[in-house]
Amino acid sequence: MVTDPILEIRDLRVDYGYGADAVTALSGVSLTLHRGEILGIAGESGCGKSTLAYAATRLLPPPGLVTGGAVLLHGAPGTPPVDLLSLPDAALRSRRWRDVAVVFQGALSSLNPVHRIRTQLTDAIAAHDPSSTRRSRLDRARELLAMVKLPEDRLSAYPHQLSGGMRQRVMIAMALALEPQVLILDEPTTALDVVVQKQIVEQLLELRERLGFSVVFITHDVSLLISYADRIAVMYAGEVVEVADAESIYREPRHPYTHALLNSFPPLQGPRRVVTGIGGAPPDLAALPPGCRFHPRCPYRMPACAERHPGLVASPYPGDDGRTVACLLHGTDDTTAVPAALAPRTRSRSA
Amino acid sequence: MPFLLRRLAFYAVTAWAALTINFVIPRLMPGDPVQALIARFQATGQVSPEQTESLRILFGLDQDVSLWTQYWQYWAQVLGGDLGLSFTYFPTPVSEVIRQTLPWTLILVGLATLISFVIGTSAGMVAGWRRGSLIDGLLPLATFFAAVPYFWLGLIAIALFAVTFPVFPTSGGYDVGLTPGWSADFVGSAVYHGMLPALTIVVSSLAPWILGMRNMMVTVASEDYVTVAHAKGLPARRVMMSYAARNAILPSVSTLALSLGFVVGGSLVTEMVFNYPGIGLALFQSINAQDYPLMQAIFLILTLAVLAANLVADVAFVLLDPRIRRAT
Repeated sequence: MVTDPILEIRDLRVDYGYGADAVTALSGVSLTLHRGEILGIAGESGCGKSTLAYAATRLLPPPGLVTGGAVLLHGAPGTPPVDLLSLPDAALRSRRWRDVAVVFQGALSSLNPVHRIRTQLTDAIAAHDPSSTRRSRLDRARELLAMVKLPEDRLSAYPHQLSGGMRQRVMIAMALALEPQVLILDEPTTALDVVVQKQIVEQLLELRERLGFSVVFITHDVSLLISYADRIAVMYAGEVVEVADAESIYREPRHPYTHALLNSFPPLQGPRRVVTGIGGAPPDLAALPPGCRFHPRCPYRMPACAERHPGLVASPYPGDDGRTVACLLHGTDDTTAVPAALAPRTRSRSA
Repeated sequence: MPFLLRRLAFYAVTAWAALTINFVIPRLMPGDPVQALIARFQATGQVSPEQTESLRILFGLDQDVSLWTQYWQYWAQVLGGDLGLSFTYFPTPVSEVIRQTLPWTLILVGLATLISFVIGTSAGMVAGWRRGSLIDGLLPLATFFAAVPYFWLGLIAIALFAVTFPVFPTSGGYDVGLTPGWSADFVGSAVYHGMLPALTIVVSSLAPWILGMRNMMVTVASEDYVTVAHAKGLPARRVMMSYAARNAILPSVSTLALSLGFVVGGSLVTEMVFNYPGIGLALFQSINAQDYPLMQAIFLILTLAVLAANLVADVAFVLLDPRIRRAT
């Protein structure tokens, strides 16, 4: 695995609202995206995954407020990283889209209804490269449409004349217009049916092979991430509870929430298994339970879980290099307390 | 374009209905025009039966014409621009009265409405985009002026700017010493006389434009495509104008087209307060004098203006919103 970081989110904190009414949506999220990798972010609705995408790109609409942290974007080797959160507006504007592009959730509403596709593809190029000619921008727009396998004549179409899948392809073409280093996909396929969903994701991956950008893929669809992501970060109630490579997450989840999340989706590949839901409801961010935020729904909770809040620490087991998990079950001396479902596979086999 | 053709057909039918109602209603009213005219002249002296009879002949009421024939004659006259004779300005033809008064109203109220639209919508755009900014503070002030009864605002304006500080003339549309025409003196005088009424119209009608545009901007600002425009790193000005305002302005444009339709009739109070020689004043006088031909003609023009404005709104929408074109 390449270890050269490209985007580093450090201790990002986001509140919605001000003062006493503030609700903390992200409480200190740290994640690193490496060059060329696909980092998946999974979690149920309201866990803060989209807030993370908006906050990291400074697009959070009011009353969302970043209250702390840094988002470091690494440039060429040797140059110091820049913190997107503290850049002046003009500098931020020139970084946007050129370095970090975003494909948003609403495939159907992300395009301006009154402008032609052509205009919307070229205006970003014009804004970042004022020296480009109208002709060169149009050529580039044509090239981009070809890249997502849309016919050239769609350039003069209006968004309402395109299907949902076509619109999301236009969005992807648009996001790649300036060959960004990082592409953030915020539930890019939510509004689309499964067939189109698969086509779009595969097209994206193919483009990534060719162009070599890094991807942050945010979705509630864990099975999608398991098939396509290199690493997966699982979020719960505004924090990251587990980070590991996709294969390990799938085979040996360490956090009870990850385990439950995996069992609530039918696997895309492999043997069939019984799908179970996660009991209870996602916590109210305004009234979080004390201790571990997942403990009221956790089947393996211990008395300590209601008192101590687990931090995201390295997984203690040998062979778990680079894995982090936030759960009190792991890391105690008493290894018998670890349920078989969450324990390292080799140990449970020998037991 | 089939969409516009369909609309056009619809407006043709509406215009026909309006003209027909215009024909029917006066004929349902009791009395006849001669009695109304005689009543007017009663004060100045007795009218002999012979005179009454000659008036009846003059008005063409001696012939027994069927309603159906009258209807066709009415259409022939309307299409020929013959709207009858005015009682108030007897024996001036109604079409002549309208020809003299309508341009005053169209220019004064039309321009004032356009100015108000441009200022109000621009202010609303910025106010909605930067909520809580200085320009957002304009809204309460504009609402105050909109809430004050217009005649009172007009009278205060006259008292303040024409009497206490005689900057503007108190009333009229031009200096009475001048002959109407396209001379520099006359146009200058007309513009000068129009300033104060135009100012009061603009000040009192700003609030709805600001409010409408501001609210739409606030709504549109949270649309995904505006977020995308920000994410694309477009200049803030382009995001505001080309992405947010371009979509937010659509309802305001249709409101504008409709309010331009009401320019013809909506100026009654302004023209009364400023004694402005427009069509509103003519309507007021015709109502006072029970001048049915003039009233009828003004209402007719009002109806046609509203229909024309609707058509303009449709065309504007087709031009501004590509989604409407799909309805073709």
